[in-house]
Amino acid sequence: MTKAGIIRIALIAMLLIGLESLVLMGRIDPLTMQAPHKMLFDLVSILQTGKFNKSIIKTLSNAGVAFLIALILGVIVGLVIHRLKRLREVLDPLFATYYAIPVFSFYPLLILLLGLGDAPQIFIAVMLGFVAVVVNTLNGIDRVPLVFLKTARVSSMGPFETAIKIILPSASPYILTGAKFAVAYSLIGVIGAEFIMSTGGMGYEISFAYNNFDNATMYPLIIIILFVSISINLMISRWEKALLVRRGLK
Amino acid sequence: MIQMQPHIRLTDVEMIFSRPDGEGENIHALGPVNLDLHHGEFFAVVGPSGCGKSTLLELMIGLTTPTRGNITFEGQPIRGSCPDGIGVVFQEDASFPWLTVRDNIAFGLRRMNLDRQEQESRIEKALTMMGLEDFHNVYPSQLSGGMRQRVCIARTLVTQPRLILLDEPFGALDQQTRLLMGDEVLSLWRKTGATIFLITHALDEAAMLADRIGVMSSRPGKLIDVITTNWPRDRDSKIVEQEEFGHITSRLWRSLRAESMKAIGKKHVAS
Repeated sequence: MTKAGIIRIALIAMLLIGLESLVLMGRIDPLTMQAPHKMLFDLVSILQTGKFNKSIIKTLSNAGVAFLIALILGVIVGLVIHRLKRLREVLDPLFATYYAIPVFSFYPLLILLLGLGDAPQIFIAVMLGFVAVVVNTLNGIDRVPLVFLKTARVSSMGPFETAIKIILPSASPYILTGAKFAVAYSLIGVIGAEFIMSTGGMGYEISFAYNNFDNATMYPLIIIILFVSISINLMISRWEKALLVRRGLK
Repeated sequence: MIQMQPHIRLTDVEMIFSRPDGEGENIHALGPVNLDLHHGEFFAVVGPSGCGKSTLLELMIGLTTPTRGNITFEGQPIRGSCPDGIGVVFQEDASFPWLTVRDNIAFGLRRMNLDRQEQESRIEKALTMMGLEDFHNVYPSQLSGGMRQRVCIARTLVTQPRLILLDEPFGALDQQTRLLMGDEVLSLWRKTGATIFLITHALDEAAMLADRIGVMSSRPGKLIDVITTNWPRDRDSKIVEQEEFGHITSRLWRSLRAESMKAIGKKHVAS
């Protein structure tokens, strides 16, 4: 492990120890935050009873569906927009300002339109993640060397075959960057929406536990979300790095 | 091989680019160019920078359609797409970084209707011919520029083109590597029997490799001289020691000097 890595782990460990001692010393009210070791025990018991399995599965599968839609739709839209230069000129400034939109303000409207099921939550998560995928896909396609496209044309490849065999593989490191955003945004979208208004899911359970001062439920659920988000992100980063190393870029 | 029909024929080919905004003068980039390449000959084109050499190549592979005139390959007109039987190696590194050397070479081949065994045997042959046997499983980023260009040449070779177009393929390489790559091109030219059309800015490269050398004028590019070298087919880079090599190079420079000055002068005025 590198020196930076060791310091990083030491830093996190110090924060945890600090938190643990502050709570044990009574400086932090246990009603506000529990000691890390207690969170861990609660987590184990929650997983053992399986009490929240339904919620966990609901949230993660909704986020998974949203992620896949955002990724596939984002890549396809990126490919199409890149071919239509005029459309791109029109849309580029909109993409640049897109994340200034507070997407959650549309949530009540989405519930009216789509009902109180999973659909509005998935929709809002896709809205959040999709544009990040489009922007990164466009960035990747811009960097496909012209000579690759000439090679495709000389080999008489049509637009579809060129996209599959040349453009997407060439742009893949950038698309993966977009995918990382999409993972984070789909979790944020789904859990945030569950927080505001829903009938189940981890966001709903966290909010319910919060309102009932049920820290033994709230913190373990937060840890699960952190764990899932960070490990998926790490997996994609590792893949991204492997691609860059193969290309001699890292 | 004596055949009545030229391998590729350019008749009164002209290329005029109109300004994208529709304003200002159109750019007369090329022509008129008339040229017949014979089956199996090695033809090189030299010319000052910006004279339309690369435009000429793009016309010959159907990437661009000429404003006037026409081009026929083996008697068939070239319009809009690259005919089977023509292979190209570009100046830029066109090896795909996400594929191994072997998969890079197999790239064009996989799209042809050939049985697996024939494909594999062609790949093996190309790997051997370009000295890449030991590297078939590595990615291009692990290779030098010269080796990557070999991968691109091998990728073209496996489709067994009857006409190979080389667009300054060694432009990015150092002088020694270029001489050696020249030897390799000569050797594969003999082995494959293909017609080769080489675009280069290096006079010595043209003088060493080609049977005939076309000299292009500055823009609009026209063929102002065609020099026949009379080298034996079985030649290599050692011919640079011969007196005749010096004569050819100086004749090339005589034809080109005024045109190159024009090209530079124009640039100065423009800037």
